[in-house]
Amino acid sequence: MVIDCKHVWNHISGYLDDTLSAEVKELVQEHLEHCEICSAILDSTRNILILTADERTFELPLGFSERLHARLSEEIEGIRPAPSKSD
Amino acid sequence: MIERGTTPGEEQLIASILGGNSHEFHALIRPYERTVYVMALTLLKNEADAEDVAQEAFLKAFRNLKNFRAESKFSTWLISITLNEARSRLRRKSAVPMESLDEPSDEQGHVSPALLRDWREIPSESVERLEVRQLLQQAVEDIPLIYRETFILRDIEELSIHETAETLGISVASVKVRLHRARMMLQKRLAPQLKQVNPKRRWLPWS
Repeated sequence: MVIDCKHVWNHISGYLDDTLSAEVKELVQEHLEHCEICSAILDSTRNILILTADERTFELPLGFSERLHARLSEEIEGIRPAPSKSD
Repeated sequence: MIERGTTPGEEQLIASILGGNSHEFHALIRPYERTVYVMALTLLKNEADAEDVAQEAFLKAFRNLKNFRAESKFSTWLISITLNEARSRLRRKSAVPMESLDEPSDEQGHVSPALLRDWREIPSESVERLEVRQLLQQAVEDIPLIYRETFILRDIEELSIHETAETLGISVASVKVRLHRARMMLQKRLAPQLKQVNPKRRWLPWS
């Protein structure tokens, strides 16, 4: 069985996550070996995932951590969590 | 990458906090500061709101720590609280058009990728450029909410497909469908844009 480009596009996400069945994975792999467009789509999708997951893409604002822990300290001074039932 | 799940260290910390050492909550949540903030930011699309929601989520986690059940992961529990806080904030912002959490009618529709042959490289150094970071952030923010939530949890925060499903309260099959559509939407939009801003691309004279 041979699958066309549009079928391969439907499986790109599953291929990246390695969640395809062995049969479908093999068909996709065979297609990718000879289809320059689909292998470029796969590579560019993978690269975009790498870039968006890069910690520099979504950076914490300056002073975020300090402000957060200062606010937590205020709360912790005022309220203590109730003891668990076993206490 | 940060450790996921309720580790023995986390369990000890939680027991200690509930036993009265409240100040140890600081240590418990340090590994998750970025996760919670990014989650809030990509939902609310506003840094000030995101910081506010992130703080509220951590405070709520502290106040409700006694209700945390160790059989689930602390990170998943914390992200669920953040998601609820961010969704509540979105609902309260009545001046801003509310994004639907319903399935778009074209849920089963097809998203075609960008048909580029010549953007394969990982321009990792390009993330250092503000322009590229803004392109990436904007593209993620522009995905419809239900796809964005799934993408953030799975691809930015690197939760497993099962953890993503559990956190969002949807099926594993829905996670896969939403994730695929989110990724294809980003590829279609970003691949042409990143190709243009990638200065390292070397063109062979005969290509």
